[in-house]
Amino acid sequence: MNEGLCADIKLANDFQPDMMRIVRKYNLTDDVRFFQVRPMEEQKALTLCYNPGQFMMVSRLGVGEAPFSISSTPSRPGLLEFCIREVGQVTQSIFRLNENDSIGVRGPYGNGFPMERLKGRDLVITMGGLGAAPLRSLILYALDNRDDFGEIYLLHGAKKPGEMLFKTEFFDMIERKDVNTMLTVDADDTGKWPAKVGLVTTLFKDIKQIDPANTFAAICGPPVMYKFVIQELLKLKIPKNQILLSLERRMKCGIGKCGHCVVKHIYTCMDGPVFSYWDVINMKELIY
Amino acid sequence: MRVLKLRKKDLKKMLEKISSFGELWAPVKKGDKFAFQKIDNLNDVDPNAGRTILPLKKFMVPPRFSMFRYDKDGYHEQLGEVTDRVVFGAHACDINGLLILDKVFAEEFSDPYYIERRKRTAIIGVSCVPDEFCFCKETNTDTVDEGYDLFFSELGDDFLVWVGSSKGDDMVRAAEELFDENISVKDIQKFIEWKKWRETQFKMDIDLTAMPDIFELKIDDKVWEKIGEKCLACGSCSMVCPTCNCFNVTDTVALGKMEGTRDRCWDACTLHEYSLVAGGHNFRGSRADRMKLWYTHKLQAFIGEFGKPSCVGCGRCITTCPVDINVKTVAKTLRGEEVYFK
Ligand SMILES: Cc1cc2nc3c(=O)[nH]c(=O)nc-3n(C[C@H](O)[C@H](O)[C@H](O)COP(=O)(O)OP(=O)(O)OC[C@H]3O[C@@H](n4cnc5c(N)ncnc54)[C@H](O)[C@@H]3O)c2cc1C
Ligand code: SF4
Ligand code: SF4
Ligand code: FES
Repeated sequence: MNEGLCADIKLANDFQPDMMRIVRKYNLTDDVRFFQVRPMEEQKALTLCYNPGQFMMVSRLGVGEAPFSISSTPSRPGLLEFCIREVGQVTQSIFRLNENDSIGVRGPYGNGFPMERLKGRDLVITMGGLGAAPLRSLILYALDNRDDFGEIYLLHGAKKPGEMLFKTEFFDMIERKDVNTMLTVDADDTGKWPAKVGLVTTLFKDIKQIDPANTFAAICGPPVMYKFVIQELLKLKIPKNQILLSLERRMKCGIGKCGHCVVKHIYTCMDGPVFSYWDVINMKELIY
Repeated sequence: MRVLKLRKKDLKKMLEKISSFGELWAPVKKGDKFAFQKIDNLNDVDPNAGRTILPLKKFMVPPRFSMFRYDKDGYHEQLGEVTDRVVFGAHACDINGLLILDKVFAEEFSDPYYIERRKRTAIIGVSCVPDEFCFCKETNTDTVDEGYDLFFSELGDDFLVWVGSSKGDDMVRAAEELFDENISVKDIQKFIEWKKWRETQFKMDIDLTAMPDIFELKIDDKVWEKIGEKCLACGSCSMVCPTCNCFNVTDTVALGKMEGTRDRCWDACTLHEYSLVAGGHNFRGSRADRMKLWYTHKLQAFIGEFGKPSCVGCGRCITTCPVDINVKTVAKTLRGEEVYFK
């Protein structure tokens, strides 16, 4: 073949999963489980680096592979955290694993949040359901580097109290003075919910102290959430290119090869999963 | 670039001399079509063969292969059976198709399976005469300057041989005595005349002017419904297209053991299961949307923003689709012309 093109490409296999050990796991809700993993190879553990908003491909021997957002923050090195909902073959098989079992992981992939551009900005982070997975990484990162950011708002909505991910962690954040945490459920079936009741969109009226032109918003949640939350953010006058969404597509490779995640000429796995609202506004297929 | 001459009657001798470079493959007649096949008898090599059923991608990405073998210790890379090969008879459009696959597979996050095969497959191109389905002139892929090891151009009783790589140079050196370094003014004249004549042989009536803009303007048009209704979702167009590169990955378990393989096989975005996401929501549930994706990729913008569409004008979708959905009919429909699909 032609010189130059392939001759100097190193033959590392990007499809090769690294074996990692499950350090800790526990249930976040009835069907979502938290997994903390650590690379078996010490050198890998020490040099792990990633951006909030990136994802990894997680493998189960003989079952398959699927993409999962990294829930941990790179500011706390050595470990990776995931929260995984049991929906199909791969996730069921991950749920059968115990602490100290091994699991195949490769990545990180995707663009993640543009952390350099977020520096010095006010942040409005809105999450629903499993959207907490990537956004927890962002919020923990921002809190670990608190001086780099302006006002931080964290809005989290769940259908009911039992379905809110990282409840304890987020309730602890309510106590913190340096972040405005607002938690809500659509309906309280326990009668003991101490926070707000109502759709996540009802929380926006309490956002007071941001400078919209200097604000970045991040959204991740079930598909129905995007449209309504975006409307609220636009009402706050946050520019369209500063509203960031993390999107989901079927992915078979995570590295721009298999074509499964393609929308028009965009590879969701490489150009995303984080897009600005401006990027997607004319791409009907990116959000519904 | 080094350019030499080879007498057509010495082609067999030359191929024999380079047999140490790998198994020889070339287009062989299969019914009324051609297919790349392993050559055991050099008399079967036909430098005038027409388009092959499958393009060159089958050499670089086999339809199905194992990427890993796994056991309790983890995943072990399997490059698979990669043999050295010499593929004779590649047409310019197909080599251009390979250049597009090179971009997808050999750039960022390079694919070791592709690269290993690409490196070990020597490509010998030959000039061709368009038939009624070729339109590579319209897609600017009727010539090719790179991506091959040797390229044989028509020159009457001779071939003009372009040496495109160091492996190509080695092949020439292995049969040095058959090549002639002296290219006369008359040869050059002959070459130019032949090229001019070839230009006049394109018969397909297709107009791709402003296609990217037309796509943008017609992306919500009802014509997509019409095309979608006709599509049988058989996936044939993706199998035969030189620039379709989608694949699926599945694990296979050896019965009753903690062992098995992770396999990769060709996939097609025209099939229904393709873009299902968790929860069963399918972003491109309708055939219309899947057709739109396929043709946007081919005629508007190549994924990964390589700046140009990825159709190389080989005509395979035209000769393959059972209901006549192809680049020609889709372009016509989008231009507002009435098209009758089967
Ligand atoms: C960037 C990104 C980040 C993600 N992050 C997370 C995360 O943090 N946590 C998390 O839990 N998930 C996450 N996901 C989603 C997760 O990758 C999928 O849920 C995963 O595919 C599940 O794999 P599975 O084999 O268990 O399920 P599958 O067997 O693939 O099935 C999942 C669901 O999809 C449907 N489905 C899939 N394929 C078919 C088919 N061929 N036919 C019919 N129905 C089908 C089924 O209804 C099923 O309920 C993320 C996805 C992306 C793209
Ligand atoms: S779209 Fe059709 S003509 Fe174009 S490269 Fe693919 S098969 Fe060939
Ligand atoms: S367009 Fe034609 S070849 Fe392609 S999937 Fe549909 S029916 Fe099959
Ligand atoms: S997941 Fe394979 S190309 Fe994006």
